[in-house]
Amino acid sequence: MGAIARYCNDAFAIADMEVRKLRHDPGELATRAIQPVLWLLVFGQVFAHTRAIPTGEVAYIDFLAPGILAQSVLFVAIFYGISVIWERDLGIVHKFLVSPAPRTALVLGKALSAGVRALSQAVIVYAVALVMGVGMDWSAAALAGVVALVVLGAALFSTFSLIIACVVKTRERFMGIGQVLTMPLFFASNAIYPIAIMPDWLKWIAHVNPLTYEVDGLRALMLERGASGLGLPLDFAVLTGTLALLVLCCGRMYPRIVV
Amino acid sequence: MNDAALARDDRVADVLTTLGLTRRFGHLTAVDSLTLSVGAGEIFGLLGRNGAGKSTLIKMLTTLLPPTAGSARVGGYDIVHDASRVRAIIGYVPQSLSADGELTGRENLAVFARLYDLPRLMRAQRVDEGLAFMGLTEAADTMVRAYSGGMIRRLEIAQSMLHRPPVLFLDEPTVGLDPVAREAVWAHIRELRKRYGTTIVLTSHYMDEVEQLCDRVAILRQGRSVALGALAELKAGTGDPAASLDAVFAYFTGDAVESGAAYRETSLTRQDFQRHG
Repeated sequence: MGAIARYCNDAFAIADMEVRKLRHDPGELATRAIQPVLWLLVFGQVFAHTRAIPTGEVAYIDFLAPGILAQSVLFVAIFYGISVIWERDLGIVHKFLVSPAPRTALVLGKALSAGVRALSQAVIVYAVALVMGVGMDWSAAALAGVVALVVLGAALFSTFSLIIACVVKTRERFMGIGQVLTMPLFFASNAIYPIAIMPDWLKWIAHVNPLTYEVDGLRALMLERGASGLGLPLDFAVLTGTLALLVLCCGRMYPRIVV
Repeated sequence: MNDAALARDDRVADVLTTLGLTRRFGHLTAVDSLTLSVGAGEIFGLLGRNGAGKSTLIKMLTTLLPPTAGSARVGGYDIVHDASRVRAIIGYVPQSLSADGELTGRENLAVFARLYDLPRLMRAQRVDEGLAFMGLTEAADTMVRAYSGGMIRRLEIAQSMLHRPPVLFLDEPTVGLDPVAREAVWAHIRELRKRYGTTIVLTSHYMDEVEQLCDRVAILRQGRSVALGALAELKAGTGDPAASLDAVFAYFTGDAVESGAAYRETSLTRQDFQRHG
């Protein structure tokens, strides 16, 4: 096998393993579904009713749905690092690190499997959005784009999560940090309100927050009358570039977790 | 045919050599200038209390941890400069029961068959052979969380041998297992060496294990090797050719082979069982 084929094979070996675990026990996916459903049904309807958030031509519920999808991608991915700490405690990570698979391939494998989990969330968000009358874009190109964005976003945040796990090394510290990071990432983005209405300092943070680009891309592709405020090419470029950087960084840090 | 044989210095009769191998953590020296060599096809034991440096030594030799000073070669490859080549030719079974409880036995093996880049057509066959060799064919498609400790340990040994590595590292292979399971694991370890000529480096606290399995033993104390040789030689060295291993250990280290430490490991292993369900 050529080196690239081997690399992909190693990454897929890890991803395949994680997906099999999911197949043996899909219950977790159901519990994770509750959050997006609540946000859309409760928060979405309340704020749509009050007309508190100006979203221009698009109805608030339509505006919100991609934001909630991005939120559930973030939440699914950001606690992924816990699984690595768990595996370290069991000795499984040691065996992966002793195999000839390149470290970044191990990281990418996990990132891909986070993408698969996140896709299951996407199905639920689409179902709820459909029920609530959101105007969706069902064309093949749009759906493919959404799949790509969901996988990219999940890969990005799960790799970030793995880096945190390699740094903090214990479950307790990880849970503490996980909570501290998810809320700012979510609220300092355009998930539930447009950038235009943010104070300047928050706008600045939103522009360096990868979640903003995730949401922007999803808004353009999910909605019938969606448009991107930042440009789809930029969205994809930021997400891909950030993911590449994080994967490289994580690959170097992975061995730390067993020290 | 050993398909993990790569082009290397075949004049090396010693499959593993260390030279002044040292590892420090801040002020603590875990492994202190260790020099030893292991010949091809040997079963080599590392004996010592907790804190003697066994785990750190194994971590360095399996490329999980770089040395602070000194060097080591496994299969002719340097553990620092050729780490990825070392990884291709070693197998490793860590101390804790580290199979994934959320997969079946077969699925656990399949992951590693892939990670070791076995050609696709060979993977299923190797997995089946591994399962058969370890007596796990019937349980292959049951979830590992339903396995006993002995079964998990056997599965892990099968996993470590999928790519037929010339060198196998076993960290406390039978700690916490019941006597029947231990005998089974020992029988399989002996069979590995017989069938594949595998060189095996293992760490242990157990007198009977070391006597049953090891050709030579190194006794470690505070990171240093205080005695090295065939068990018969070490016994003779104490002046009593019929000395028990405890006596040999006490003679060379001034300490007892800690039954306290063995208990802790046993309770950790029992916690593993509970985690695996």
